[in-house]
Amino acid sequence: MTALVNKYKKPITALAFVLIAMGFAAGAFNHADIKNILLIFATIFAGVPIVMKAYQAIRMNVFSIELLVTIAVIGALFIGEYTESSIVTFLFLFGDYLEARTLEKTRSSLKELVDMAPQEATVLRDGNRVTIPVEDVTAGDIVVIRSGGKVPVDGKIVSGQASLNEAAVTGESVPSSKKEKDLVFSGTIVDHGYIEILAEKVGDDTTFAKIIELVEEAQENKSKTEKFLNRFAGFYTPAVIVLSILVYLFSRDLHLAITFLVIACPGALVIGAPVSNVAGIGNGAKKGVLVKGGEVMDKFSKVDTIVFDKTGTLTKGKPEVTDIKSFSHYQENELLKLVAQAEMISEHHLGQTIVQEAKARNLSLNHEPKEGKVIKGNGIIARIDGRKIVVGNRKLIKGENILLSKEIESYALERERLGNTAIFAAVDGLIAGVFSIADEIRDDAVEALAEMRRNGIKKMVMLTGDNRHTAEIVAGTLGLDGFHAELLPGDKVRYIHQLKAAGHIVAMAGDGINDAPAIATADIGLAMGEGGTDISMETADVVLMADKLMQLSHAYSLSKATIRNMKQNTFFAVFTVFVLLLGVLNGSVHLASGMFIHEASVLLVILNGMRLIKFNQKNTVNVGKYKEQMPTSSIHEV
Amino acid sequence: MAKAVFQLEPLTCPSCIKKIETTLSKADGVESAKVLFNSSKVKAEFDENQTGADQLKEKITKLGYQVLSSKTS
Repeated sequence: MTALVNKYKKPITALAFVLIAMGFAAGAFNHADIKNILLIFATIFAGVPIVMKAYQAIRMNVFSIELLVTIAVIGALFIGEYTESSIVTFLFLFGDYLEARTLEKTRSSLKELVDMAPQEATVLRDGNRVTIPVEDVTAGDIVVIRSGGKVPVDGKIVSGQASLNEAAVTGESVPSSKKEKDLVFSGTIVDHGYIEILAEKVGDDTTFAKIIELVEEAQENKSKTEKFLNRFAGFYTPAVIVLSILVYLFSRDLHLAITFLVIACPGALVIGAPVSNVAGIGNGAKKGVLVKGGEVMDKFSKVDTIVFDKTGTLTKGKPEVTDIKSFSHYQENELLKLVAQAEMISEHHLGQTIVQEAKARNLSLNHEPKEGKVIKGNGIIARIDGRKIVVGNRKLIKGENILLSKEIESYALERERLGNTAIFAAVDGLIAGVFSIADEIRDDAVEALAEMRRNGIKKMVMLTGDNRHTAEIVAGTLGLDGFHAELLPGDKVRYIHQLKAAGHIVAMAGDGINDAPAIATADIGLAMGEGGTDISMETADVVLMADKLMQLSHAYSLSKATIRNMKQNTFFAVFTVFVLLLGVLNGSVHLASGMFIHEASVLLVILNGMRLIKFNQKNTVNVGKYKEQMPTSSIHEV
Repeated sequence: MAKAVFQLEPLTCPSCIKKIETTLSKADGVESAKVLFNSSKVKAEFDENQTGADQLKEKITKLGYQVLSSKTS
């Protein structure tokens, strides 16, 4: 029965409209009886779905808007106001239909994302290529993707190369080229090329599936305003019933009481705030910015201070060896080979950079380090070929009682002034050489930071584990308000606590694992995660999938726009109800016209919310001229 | 403990959430039920010895919501 009525809701609405039209036509020809009969039928037809919903809700102890309308319509029939009863039921159904249609649009961004999900995959089974549904792909399968094909699972390229459009995951539509051993993500599209990948994550475990799940849950996560409005609506509906009874008791005017009942429906009030949130979160998701819910939106819009990590956030996080200076009898390559072998045990990116450099120079790293020890944040100590190798920053060198001559110290300072990280390498207790490693500032950093400042960020601070000189260069180039260098993860947390205690609302932007404590401490944690690591996606409040600072700026202005939109909707809804009630009490608003205005206000708040789907940052003045490619650098641990 | 996700027809009224959630949570063997209003999905965790995804699907359908697809894990 219910399903049947729901299925025919549209024809029922149309039928009611036809009956009402015929009724008025009959009325025009002075057939009052026929008019009334037609209008009563219209009321009954259009009333069925409403009454049914009201009944189902009341069975669950929920006071619904439908209940208010049902009471009002029965009352109207009772006092013989057939015109009003039919128009109210029709308008309610028609409004419901329009609401569903427009709500669908506010949800469209997410739907577009979901639609990007791949359906089938071509895999190699027993040497044959077979096309199977994407659900049947298991980890370990070799999947073949041609030009124009969608990557069905997360995996690693085992052969071939291709340029991929990763918009589904990162929101960034400029294709990126990938080759053997690179990771590719489900939902991305091979622009041109041919690749075979080894499936690693399938089904619900893919990054893409996780994004969808996060966004779905985020849209449900209610802001404080929404929670308040929901509670409010829970009291409001029964209160309206009581109030209209009071109105009847005092005025003895059933007509007035019924009108009051319908007009006071909280429709626009209840739907206004969620609509803004859903549209805002959807907009972000499509642009590669995952905002986790209404509460995060609300808080993010109030942020006035942003704290940045340097490496990987303001800089590209892909350091390169810019110079190797020997202070001993070792040749440059000899020294590199020795140090790189020791660094094989390091997982830190600076250590990896040295290993990469050695590989790029085709040095064979065949000696396994012995007694290798990683001194977190400072460097490593290992034994290669019987020689004791110490590689790391000043702290480590001094701690090991190795002498730093004036000559070496001034060379290192000079390199650091140029924006490098200087790494000292000692062999058997004597400094053998100094490695310079540098990391470039992101191309969009200057522009993104300038834009956020225009949008209301008052204070921007950089925290880094790196040395003072490098930090100073980066902070100076980007025009930050301050920086703190040579910090450990715990220091960052303490600094954020201080900022919060001083009354700032703080956002912390970092690139994942090492910044996780600081990200968790800040009011809003922002994770830069290319392709999104699991940890950054889970701990942060806002995840930037394309790893771009412009996305951060977009997220900030989006949160402001969303909250503004929500306030507009709430204000508009309250204002409408207030004006309508006044109109009812002084007799200028009637049942049918009141219902019309009421439905129109619901549609208006939805339409207002829909503007957020298209929200795009206003194009900003080009500040690209500052975009000098400054070499900069990174954290201590080597 | 099994988990099922049902994709419904687009939900339009916020009161549907409460309706579905209350009905499902009252059912035997259902640990938790959550309606994702904006994506029109129902997520339910249940004890597979006491009830099944098909029974839950039937309950949702009886409430007047068509289940388009379901996924159990």
